[in-house]
Order: sequence, then structure tokens, then C-alpha cells
Amino acid sequence: MSTTKTQLQPESWSYTDTLDKAPSFAIISQTLADLADEGHPVVVGTADLKYSNGLFRFEERHPDKFFQFGISEQNMISAAAGMASTGLKPHVATFASFMALLACEQIRTDIAYTMMPVRLIGTHTGIAFGFYGTSHHATEDLAIMRSIADLNVVAPADGPQFAAALRAVVDLEEPIYFRIGRGRDPEVYGSNATFELGKAIVHEAGTDITLIATGSMVYPTLEAAKALRAEGLSVGVIDMHTIKPLDAEAILRAAANTKLIMTVEEHNVLGGLGGAVAEVLSENGTPVPLHRHGIKDTFVIVGPPTHLYAHYGLDIDGIAAEAKSFIAKFTK
Amino acid sequence: MSPSVDTAVTPEEIELIREKALFVREETVRLISIAKVGHYASAFSCAEIFAALYYSVLNLKRGEPNWPDRDRFLMGKGHAAVGYFPLLADWGFFPKELLDGYTRVGNPLGDHPDMKNVPGADFSSGSLGHNLSVGLGMALAGRVLGKDYNTYVLLGDGEQQEGQVWEAAISAAHHKANRLIAIVDRNGYSLDGAVDDVMGIEPLAEKWRTFGWETHEVDGHDIPALLGLLKRVANDSERQTPVCIIAHTVKGKGIGFMEKEIGWHLGWLADEDEKAVMAELRANR
Repeated sequence: MSTTKTQLQPESWSYTDTLDKAPSFAIISQTLADLADEGHPVVVGTADLKYSNGLFRFEERHPDKFFQFGISEQNMISAAAGMASTGLKPHVATFASFMALLACEQIRTDIAYTMMPVRLIGTHTGIAFGFYGTSHHATEDLAIMRSIADLNVVAPADGPQFAAALRAVVDLEEPIYFRIGRGRDPEVYGSNATFELGKAIVHEAGTDITLIATGSMVYPTLEAAKALRAEGLSVGVIDMHTIKPLDAEAILRAAANTKLIMTVEEHNVLGGLGGAVAEVLSENGTPVPLHRHGIKDTFVIVGPPTHLYAHYGLDIDGIAAEAKSFIAKFTK
Repeated sequence: MSPSVDTAVTPEEIELIREKALFVREETVRLISIAKVGHYASAFSCAEIFAALYYSVLNLKRGEPNWPDRDRFLMGKGHAAVGYFPLLADWGFFPKELLDGYTRVGNPLGDHPDMKNVPGADFSSGSLGHNLSVGLGMALAGRVLGKDYNTYVLLGDGEQQEGQVWEAAISAAHHKANRLIAIVDRNGYSLDGAVDDVMGIEPLAEKWRTFGWETHEVDGHDIPALLGLLKRVANDSERQTPVCIIAHTVKGKGIGFMEKEIGWHLGWLADEDEKAVMAELRANR
């Protein structure tokens, strides 16, 4: 039995094509391979997931710069540190849960402390894994990575923004943790994607509420904002793609002109985007109430990804509803 | 092995390494007297290994710690750094005066190597199990960059209990990392006692061989044997596998009571004991 073309199964978020599991990530491999062609010292490593993250496409163009580490994430992270010490720019990828939790100490000690310019790519973040369960969900990675000194933390909204980011930082001699989804998320930017590290993208300013989203939540947040505007509300949206260094100016600028701020992240509400924004608001004496929307300090149940997003209010309708109840709480 | 490379060991080399191994032990005692606590016994067991590598094996350039073509040396067992900092200073990688402030506030020299602050430290360590993977990365990078260097990683025998060591072992054999050389300082003890009582690691040589590594065993204090082996391994251009050298050593080697009593993994000598130790080191030379 075979199917002739790649189709997404909406229930499972699996593709009928057995190998090409992340078509919207093709641009990532293409960008890395282009950078290598242009003379940048890019090398790539994977831990038995080159089809899941699409990096097999890089291997096709640069087999001598592609390293398979098998199912040994800690070994891969430390080896990337050794490679970086010689002047190479390793880009190593695995599922975010294994990257940020299993290999956390290697990232802290071998990559961040030593300031090795490694690009750590955690894919399938948040609850995108659906019914694969808690071992595969990553709802703590932003909090963990954010607490590691000297480590940049970036959550692109889609493949093109991620590709733009990889190109923008190619010469940066610092480590970066990238958090990306599963390659199924609708595109936000497409060919217009741009990226500047630490510089949030303000989609619109709003006086009733400003929604600050990151990563996979940017798309549904933009759509939720449209729905709220249709009800007569003035809604701002900020894409906070860089969690660290955080664009405090963008947050304070929004806070000066809006009544409420709500963060939206596919992550525990503790310690991630919501925590980071709360720190900025409180330390600057900002009186604007903040609501942190995300996974509310609980382990996530199993279910098809799309069903889970609805269950946790992280789809378009859920985000809009969460914003409305927050507004209602502070409106007499 | 390339026929043009001289792997013979001369009496002059043996004498030099004996002298430098004594230097390692004396400096270890001196530096720990500044810190008031340190890993005497862990540094003593690998003094000949340090001396052989730094004065006969490693391809280094005096005063140029970042020379891109240098051989790399990683301290998997980073807690023995007190014994190798003096060698880095001796190579002119940093001023010798820094040794006098070992572990004091503002001085870069601590209990473990820190590549960010200690010139000549090829990587940082302290958390056991990481450095063989780091060394593998350096070996693979050498291939990408077309560089001709060896990467040596000194591992503790207690460190063999870390799972990541064996991830690296599988990976290095798979990638035919033939310029990666692990040296296990098999001194037999870790913090809680004899390694084989704490968590047995034998048959160790068989494990490494089974993992696909060219494996040798040597007396880590027998300078002619150790140096001869290191030189042969360093210059073997035919080999297709990584190498593991298990160096059988004595924890606390050189000081009678440290060799006999466990507990000297981490300790501090009172002034009068320090004088006796220095005299014994000289006498045992």
C-alpha cells in the first residue's frame, strides 16, 4: 500500500510520505546548505532525527559537513562544543524535550559557559507532539534555557522566520537555543520573513489589550486579534521571537499605550515568555495588568495535537476567549 | 606508522620526563598549600602522563596557546588540573606568577580547567563524562578543516561509570575518529573508596576493545613504557579506529601515606606534613 503524494493527516499531524516529515522546514536545510556554499563554517548534527527535522536535505548537499550522532543527545551537544572550539558553527537538532531537559547540563557547561557559537535547535516544541505524551512534550524548555547565562533564546514563528534568523546570526560568536514547532504550523511571514536578534516585531498597536506571543502561538494570536477587533476592541500584537535578550523597550512601549497585556506561549506559564514579560513590567513599576496564557503549570494530557490546542485554549478561538475573560475581569 | 617518524625513547627524554613529573608533584603541593584544600592524589597518579604528553608527545608552540594546528589535550578528570596548570605556565601560555594566586579571588586558576580564562586549557571540564564527547567533536572538526592534529582526553577510572563516556565511545568508533586518543588514569579510587567497590568497571580493556577502540594497557609510572606507547600511537597513520590507553597508576603516587590511605582524593596537608612530603618527593625521584 502506498500513497502517491504527501498529505497531512489532520488527526495525527503525520504525513503520508514516510520520510519527509517536515516539509515546511525545507527552507531551513536549504538556508544552512546555502550558508555552507557561501563559505560559512556551517556543520550540522542530528540524533537519529534527520527526517523528522528535515536536515537530511542538508546532508544531501554537504555529506562531509553532516554528522549523525545516533540516539545520544548529550554526546552530540558536547561534540558540537568541541567542533565549535575549532572555529566551526555547528547546528545540532533534536526534539526540544531531549535537547533542553536531557542535555541541559551539557548545554550549560559545555556550550553556554564556554561561549561556544553552537546553534541548538529544539524541534516539536510545546504540545505539538500530541498523543506521544509527556516524555515528548516540551513545556519547560524556555524557562530552563532562559535561566542559563550567556545563552540566547529564540522561538521563530515559522520556517521562513527561522531561516532568516539563521542567516542573520551566522557570524554571531555566541550560543543560541532555537525553539521551533513541528513543521506543520501555518506560515506567518512566508517570503517576507525578517529577523533581528532581540528586536520584537510589532504587528499592530492596540489600546484595549496587547497580545504578546512567541513561536507557534504567533499565528493563532494574530488570527484571534482579528476576531477581537471585529468585536470592536483595539488589539495590539507583538511577535516576541527572542525570549533572551528580551526586547524590554517594545514591552514598555506597549504598556504605555494599552490597558492590558496578555502573553501567549506554548509553554508552562511559569518562567517562559509570561515570566519574562512579568519581570519587565514589575521591575519598571508598570501598572498594566498582565495575564499569562499557556499551559497552566500542569502536565499535558494525550490527544491529537489540534484537539490539544483547543483543550488548552491555545487555538484561535481559545486565545480570543482567554483575552475576553481577562478584559471582562478588569472592565466594570 | 610512518617510517620517517622517530618513536624511539632516549635516556635524555626519560630523564626530562622524570624531572617534569617531579615538577608536577611539587607544584601540586605548593598550589594546594595556597588553596588549603585540593586533589593531591588525583594529580600524583597522572604526573608521568602529564609530563610525557607535554614534553615529548603533544605538538605545541611555546607561547601560542591558540595555534590552530596544535594537538589538543582535554582534562576529562578536571579535578587534577592543579597538576597541569604549572605545565601550561611552563609552556609560556600564561605568566607563571598566576600560579602564586591559585584559587584566590580574581585569579583564573580554580579546581577545574576553564578554557575561557586559562590560556592553554583546550576546553573546560569539571562535570565528569563530557570531555570525551568534546574531544570527539574536535577530532571530527579536524577532518572538516583538513587539520593534522591529535586530540587526547585524560579520563578518570571513576569517570568510566558515566553513561556519556560510552555514548562517545560508540560514536567515535562509528565515525572512525582515528586521531582521538583516550587515556584512562586507572588509579583505582574515587571519593567513596575503591572504584571496583563503588561501581565495578572491569573488564575495562575488554569493554573498550569491544566498543571498537584500539586498546592498550601500560604502567602509567613506567616512563619508558608509557612514552614509547604514546609515541607509537601518536604517529600511527595507518590506524582506522580511536585509541584507548589504560594507564595503571597508583593514587597518590610518590607519597607513602597517600598511596596507602584512601581519603587523599581531596585533602590538605598541615605545614609540617607538607615539608615532609616535599622531602619524600625529592627522595623518591
